[in-house]
Amino acid sequence: MPSAHPMVPLPCSVRRIQRETHDTFSVELSPGHEFPFVAGQFNMLYWFGVGEVAISISGDPTKPGRLTHTIRSVGSVTQGLQKLKPGDVLGVRGPFGKGWPVETAAGGDLMFVAGGVGLAPLRPAIYYVLANRKRYGRVVLLYGARTPADILYKQELERWRARFDLQVHVTVDHGTGGWQGRVGVVTSLISKPDFDPGSTTVMICGPEVMMRFTEAELEKRELPPQNIYISVERNMKCALGLCGHCQFGPTFICKDGPVFPYESLRRFLAIREV
Amino acid sequence: METLERIVAEHPFAKGLKDRDVKLMVGCASNVRFDAGETIFREGEEAKQFYLLRQGRVALEMFAAPRGPITIMTLEDGEVLGWSWLFPPYRWKFDARALELTRAIALDAECLRNKCEQDHDLGYELLKRFALMIEQRLQATRFQLLNVYA
Ligand SMILES: Cc1cc2nc3c(=O)[nH]c(=O)nc-3n(C[C@H](O)[C@H](O)[C@H](O)COP(=O)(O)OP(=O)(O)OC[C@H]3O[C@@H](n4cnc5c(N)ncnc54)[C@H](O)[C@@H]3O)c2cc1C
Repeated sequence: MPSAHPMVPLPCSVRRIQRETHDTFSVELSPGHEFPFVAGQFNMLYWFGVGEVAISISGDPTKPGRLTHTIRSVGSVTQGLQKLKPGDVLGVRGPFGKGWPVETAAGGDLMFVAGGVGLAPLRPAIYYVLANRKRYGRVVLLYGARTPADILYKQELERWRARFDLQVHVTVDHGTGGWQGRVGVVTSLISKPDFDPGSTTVMICGPEVMMRFTEAELEKRELPPQNIYISVERNMKCALGLCGHCQFGPTFICKDGPVFPYESLRRFLAIREV
Repeated sequence: METLERIVAEHPFAKGLKDRDVKLMVGCASNVRFDAGETIFREGEEAKQFYLLRQGRVALEMFAAPRGPITIMTLEDGEVLGWSWLFPPYRWKFDARALELTRAIALDAECLRNKCEQDHDLGYELLKRFALMIEQRLQATRFQLLNVYA
């Protein structure tokens, strides 16, 4: 059960903290009861006395008893959250927004393209698809990070890579520390898997430039742009479509997104002032 | 038995090439393999071949003292290694090292340059492919420079 009123945070205690990289960590919360959500939705996390931030749910939607978020510390609130320890209490408002189109994608091939911490908002969709694997054709995950040390969920990626029903390709922009894997930008992975462009749905999450480059590369492979979905981040306050902080062109990221068909945003992504 | 002709024809580089062009290429081709860790070529050496990679992974490295070798990018099966054979003075600009067992088709540079001079249809087809590859690598380098995940 989510919070009773969308403006009132639900107190949740921290069950576990998992350090993912030097600046990114996952927080597992105990909501006290089931907290159903769809892959791609986000919560507003409120650390009492410090502030509130929008964070996507990065856990498994088929296990709604656990609520996991993966956070990169970039500023005042997220750096504060880095100090969380088991037993601390966070306020949670949500879940908010529209998620990934995992249902409409059923029956066809699926490609996930993640850049940096963008793997976190995609992970629930991957869990969902793996839990319903028979309903999908080929499933591919392409993931790009800055360096080997910035790769999220390393053990899980290894487990996924060992599966026969999921293709995983990982690359880094800069190969450091004896890295024997692939070095190159994430778009260079798009030529790796075999896919049928007409029946493939692509879900992309990462920095906006990365999503634009990815879309351009997919277009070269004749993938219809209407099959492409992206998740967009903007400064967020109320998360209810009231305050206007997250307005993007004619849409509000909080209630119309954060997941959008690429076509619906293409025009606005090209406008620098938006 | 896999013939050299079939292997070349099935490589993504040859997609859309006419049979006669594949045959002309095969006249300059040979099968090669490199063990993990083996150097394929070094910066400054004469670029006598280029490679259609069939299996494995190759690192393109630059040596920048005192940091040591820096991997610029890696290449894998289905990709092409080397374009310095096309442009005078035909010298490699990077080191290339196999990161794992790598199998490839090596194409002899002088043999292929001569054929391209005699047969501009073949030359145009090859140059179109290399131009596209160079465009893709330039685009990737620009993207890399943006350091988008910082
Ligand atoms: C729908 C949605 C989902 C999100 N999901 C996640 C998530 O799963 N994990 C996560 O870590 N973050 C996520 N974010 C981003 C997160 O909300 C911001 O990083 C957070 O609000 C920053 O707050 P702060 O107080 O720590 O930083 P601030 O003090 O507000 O900002 C400090 C500095 O960091 C920069 N900054 C702000 N946001 C980002 C960012 N996303 N990336 C890089 N630099 C930034 C600011 O421009 C500023 O320079 C999401 C945002 C939205 C809108």
